[in-house]
Amino acid sequence: MEHNFIYNLINSDIVAIIAIILLPLIFVLIYALIAILGELKIASFVQERLGPMRTGPWGIIQPVAEVVKLIQKEDITPAAADKKLFNLAPYIMFVGAFAAFAVIPFGPAFVPADINLGLFYLFAVGAFAIIGIVMGGWASNNKYSLLGAMRSAAQIISYEIPAGVALLAIASLAGSLNLNEIIESQSGWFWNWYLFGGDGPIWKIFVIPFTLILFIIFLVSTLAETNRTPFDIPEGESEIVAGYHTEYSGIKFAMFFFAEYANMFVVSALITILFLGGWNSPFGDFMSGPIWGAFWFILKAFFFVFVQIWLRWTLPRLRVDQLMYMGWKVLVPFSFVCFFAIAFWAMVK
Amino acid sequence: MSERRKIEFDYSGVDTDRMRVNVGPQHPSTHGVLRLEVELEGEIVTEVVPHIGYLHRCFEKHAEAMTYPQVIPYIDRMDYISSMNNEWPYVIAIEEMCGIKVPEKVEYIRVICAELNRIANHQIAVATFGLDAGAFTPFLYLFRDREWILNLFERISGGRLLYNYFCVGGVRGDVYPTFKEDCLDIVRQVRATNKEIMDLLIYNHIFVERTANIGILPVDVAINYGCSGPVLRGSGFPYDLRRSEPYSIYDRFDFDVQVGKGEVGTVGDCWDRNIVRMREMEESCKIIEQAVAQMPDTGDVFEAIPKKIRVPKGEIYRAAENPKGELGFYIVSDGGQKPFRVRPRATSFINLSVLPEISKGYMLADLILILGSIDIVLGEVDR
Repeated sequence: MEHNFIYNLINSDIVAIIAIILLPLIFVLIYALIAILGELKIASFVQERLGPMRTGPWGIIQPVAEVVKLIQKEDITPAAADKKLFNLAPYIMFVGAFAAFAVIPFGPAFVPADINLGLFYLFAVGAFAIIGIVMGGWASNNKYSLLGAMRSAAQIISYEIPAGVALLAIASLAGSLNLNEIIESQSGWFWNWYLFGGDGPIWKIFVIPFTLILFIIFLVSTLAETNRTPFDIPEGESEIVAGYHTEYSGIKFAMFFFAEYANMFVVSALITILFLGGWNSPFGDFMSGPIWGAFWFILKAFFFVFVQIWLRWTLPRLRVDQLMYMGWKVLVPFSFVCFFAIAFWAMVK
Repeated sequence: MSERRKIEFDYSGVDTDRMRVNVGPQHPSTHGVLRLEVELEGEIVTEVVPHIGYLHRCFEKHAEAMTYPQVIPYIDRMDYISSMNNEWPYVIAIEEMCGIKVPEKVEYIRVICAELNRIANHQIAVATFGLDAGAFTPFLYLFRDREWILNLFERISGGRLLYNYFCVGGVRGDVYPTFKEDCLDIVRQVRATNKEIMDLLIYNHIFVERTANIGILPVDVAINYGCSGPVLRGSGFPYDLRRSEPYSIYDRFDFDVQVGKGEVGTVGDCWDRNIVRMREMEESCKIIEQAVAQMPDTGDVFEAIPKKIRVPKGEIYRAAENPKGELGFYIVSDGGQKPFRVRPRATSFINLSVLPEISKGYMLADLILILGSIDIVLGEVDR
């Protein structure tokens, strides 16, 4: 509770809790609009075109128009679909994405829930989205959707293990699963980030290669988690039309869409927390403090959202068995090597 | 990762059911209204049956009712991506039957137009192939460049897709004064973009992983099925009508016949068919440069066009190297103003027939890539 400025501002507990819940929701809504515009504009920059220019100056109202369009569309449920599961799936996916915001520390003064198992919780609700995907794919009663759902199930077991091992390695370095403590242990200059081996004596240069490799492993795994190119296999547009959300339209499709963007931020936030020092300023005490903390956190997370958009418009898509090959035969062994090296360092330091 | 491709899995002891999926006729990646009836074991393709005919427009019957020049617009609509090339074998066949000798300048205009259209066709082929693999950006880069070629065609023929430009004995309009400079500009632009595409797409590691060793077409199978064009050359067989039976003035130009060499995988895989197209664009650029240098500035392009075309009784088959392969027309004349029969040897149709043979045992995602690498146009498949 000491980590949340809202408790200090508002005396009533109930009002404070509601405010704490609403604040990330408002953030997600605004962020999604920014991310959609960013996606459109970065894609058009990459592809040497202008992108949306008509709705508002420089097209900045385009995301609003897109959302309004999706809400206005007819919400179709296929006659042969399993109606309960079909209607439930997009909400499960959205809940999974939004539940992660409960523990994301935006700054030293804003941590919605400061729980000791924060990292574990984040990892657990991150896997929630797959349930929504499999559910929606199965309930649609469409062969493309089913293929998409099966691909997603195959995908999660390939990337969750290296991602989990990477989390373990960082947890062993920090000695905690509490996100706030992980961030606090990286305070100081940017060479104290776990990307560069964390805080420690000069001998940490031997562990830096391992943390760098671990960072890449984790980045690749998180790209797979958000179902975006080069790992947009469950919705592989050119093969299985739109994968698991082929049959969705209107507001339910918007929920999937929204959950994807929310997930992009969640994994970017996770990378930021684990490897880039969360809300710590890169320059020691310079520009640090509660408000600068939120600034640094959102800046770092947005950078990784940008990286995801950038990769999407650059790379082709992998095939599902290639992703599994990469997950099991490349990322898992490398992540274990890194884990042992880092755990050994955490023990001797 | 590349060495293992065909997926063998022992299903004995596992209670599985095969799934039949209709890929198409409305599907993002069937390149038109093609329906593939696919049988899947998990995601592995066990059987492919292409169903065609959704775009059938009775070309052959129409041709019987039209006079010889009136058939040309219908030919445009066969392979609508490379209309200039389509018209060529037809006009060659009739010119030969009538004994018409076309002026020198017309020959050069035809060569330049055909090679520009070959570049435009290969740009679409490579672009959509990349799109099938999930790469969206190269698609737009290549379409941007194709616009230059379309603008040039628009200036000389009035059309951007269906040109109706070649006619028996000549072309329908003379080129404009800055035509040569525009051609050289296009060549420069195409080379610059192709260099970029090579880095961005062709040698991209993911793209190589996706396309190398996929859909291997052995050269004997390719010949048995009658494949031609980049599909046959991708299998390593240097058969190009421009070189093996030079028609028009192709014997005057210096260019290489590109074949697949199996640089990143096996000879005849999807990557090879694609790289043959990329390199043929460069060869076309070379031909255009030479043709522009040799082309006479003066000359009447209309002088050999007959007022009324009466083809003497007889029959003829003439083929030309289309971007997609050998496109030929078998024409039977009964001595009247209308052809008795016009029968095209449709390249896309024949190339498509090899798809079931080469796509078994690969995954669904590979099937789409194999189809993309064959580069069909449904207008020509169905006619």
